[in-house]
Amino acid sequence: MAKKDRTVLTGVHFMNGDVACAEGAMAAGCRFFAGYPITPATEIAERMARRMIEFGGIFVQMEDELASMAAIIGASWAGAKSMTATSGPGFSLMQENIGLAVMTETPCVVVDIMRGAPSTGQPTEGAQQDVMQSKWGSHGDYEIIALAPASVQEMFDLTIECFNLAETYRAPTFLLADGFTGHLWERVVIPRPEEIKTVDRKKPSVPPDKYMPFKPDEDLVPPMACFGEGYYVHVTGLTHDMRGYPKTVDPKIQYELVQRLCGKIRKNADKIVRTYEFMLEDAEVAVVAYGIPSRASVSAVKRAREAGIRAGLLRLVTVWPFPEKQVEELSNRVKLMVVPEMNCGQVVREVERIAKETPVHFIPKIGGEPHTPSEIFEVIRRTAKA
Amino acid sequence: MTATQKFDTHSLAKYLRVERFPHIWCEGCGNGIILNCFVNALDDLGININELVVVSGIGCMGRVAGYIKCDSFHTTHGRPIALASGIKLANPKLTIAVISGDGDLFAIGGNHFIHAARRNVDMTVICSNNFNYGMTGGQFGPTTPLDSYTTTTPYGNIEHPFNLVHLAAAAGAVYVARWTVLHVKRLTESIKKALQKKGFKFIEVVSPCPEIYGRRNKLGKAVDTMKQYREISEIRHGYDPSKAKITSEKIIVGEFVDTEKPTYGELLQRQFIKVQERLTGG
Repeated sequence: MAKKDRTVLTGVHFMNGDVACAEGAMAAGCRFFAGYPITPATEIAERMARRMIEFGGIFVQMEDELASMAAIIGASWAGAKSMTATSGPGFSLMQENIGLAVMTETPCVVVDIMRGAPSTGQPTEGAQQDVMQSKWGSHGDYEIIALAPASVQEMFDLTIECFNLAETYRAPTFLLADGFTGHLWERVVIPRPEEIKTVDRKKPSVPPDKYMPFKPDEDLVPPMACFGEGYYVHVTGLTHDMRGYPKTVDPKIQYELVQRLCGKIRKNADKIVRTYEFMLEDAEVAVVAYGIPSRASVSAVKRAREAGIRAGLLRLVTVWPFPEKQVEELSNRVKLMVVPEMNCGQVVREVERIAKETPVHFIPKIGGEPHTPSEIFEVIRRTAKA
Repeated sequence: MTATQKFDTHSLAKYLRVERFPHIWCEGCGNGIILNCFVNALDDLGININELVVVSGIGCMGRVAGYIKCDSFHTTHGRPIALASGIKLANPKLTIAVISGDGDLFAIGGNHFIHAARRNVDMTVICSNNFNYGMTGGQFGPTTPLDSYTTTTPYGNIEHPFNLVHLAAAAGAVYVARWTVLHVKRLTESIKKALQKKGFKFIEVVSPCPEIYGRRNKLGKAVDTMKQYREISEIRHGYDPSKAKITSEKIIVGEFVDTEKPTYGELLQRQFIKVQERLTGG
């Protein structure tokens, strides 16, 4: 009898966002998960603890989030696709080794199920307060990739995409979900394994004595030899040359390394960025949203249309690198933009920076309830009239 | 003769990234001796270098990972054991050695140390204990003796130091030893034993820091410290580690713990088989 593929649970399911994320990870090829319990992300670890062992994947509960992030970096260098999942307080602790993953070009996925903050904040309430932290949380200049799911299906689909982007660009990649999406229960369709596109990191095409571990190809991404493959790779968080050896006082080496780490994301932004448009063709008012507020935005746009206002929605699936081209192009053809976010103003700053002359109206929402369609519709109606 | 050629002729050059020598350590530092003992142990055992990973943290000893010719990771400060756990669990075929300093492993990294020991993750941890943070110019750390002078204890240290072998034993390490850099043969044998043994193994190596810690505490040259090690160290295998505090009068060295218990990897493998049986209805 053919052995059942337990990595992909093909079929139609009713599950919550956290569980869908875990299933997406396993379908993407995740074989190592390290984590630490934290609301509202714990269900991801729980699912991994139950499921990974079914097919020889590793689940390990570490002593804290510092260790979890370190462990997934180690596992990635040992050749495994790896992931951790957390929420704001744990995400803060992970920033140290997120920087290490950036500097050492380690493919890995970090899931942040955002809750009300600062500090311990509102463990059980969803929020979008970590968006800027995900971009700037670790010290130094760097670029990262962050995707924002807006449904349980996307918790599955975008987790797979996070793995594929992490492997393609050799960078830590974030699934930036709000706690509401993490705990939402919805229908999820899991395809057959052969229908799921997965990407593996580039391997060296030269023998060990010719291999330079941090010498990039044309796409600015170096092929990756893993531990145990006979390449004697040295990996360091210090500024290093293409051989991987520390070179900490040579301005040229620091300049070229940091420029390339940023450049491999920036220059490939067109390939990375995904947005979704709804009724924008003739729109005068554009809502720009991501995550759960984009769902209320769809209803608000429909209601605005019924009221005779030509409104539309640009949903950011990719939050980082920021979809600058899409937002700029949109700002040139609409009269005003509306940005609902579950924070005190984070992505709206990026929209304002890019929209320039076009007025941007911000709808903050914090406290533990997502925006209602009426709240967004009212702003559209009021500002469109003015 | 170029520097690389000079180092190329060393009998153990094949274990070293000779192009990176000379190393950064000060004259009289014990770290070079520890590195020497480590590569001698590799050579004696005929370890397959392709399956060895050396992981280090930050500080003087943290640089060691960059000098050994194998896969190596110079991690963030305090995190080598956590990162090494990920390497070992993801690829159990690899032999893991974490080599780092007392500040890295027991101050900022103390939590990772006790939990990896408790889990009995299969790795050998070697700590170069020089009683201070040398890399940053000599601040006190978790092993600095009471009353010692450092740049951040200008009036003398008022913190009680850790007894590392007691800590390691209490946390569950299956092998715990202490040597000084004077005991090169015994240290080498100890490293060999640890590398061959399964589970979480810990070796503390008391090591001179003549340029920084030694100078500030008027300990003389490295050779004076080595003489002191000879005078005050006492080999006591099986000694109660809780009674083995390092003092200026006595350094108890030897093997304190040498025991067996299932490793994390072994327990995980057992559980995997159980789960497979359940899944296939066995």
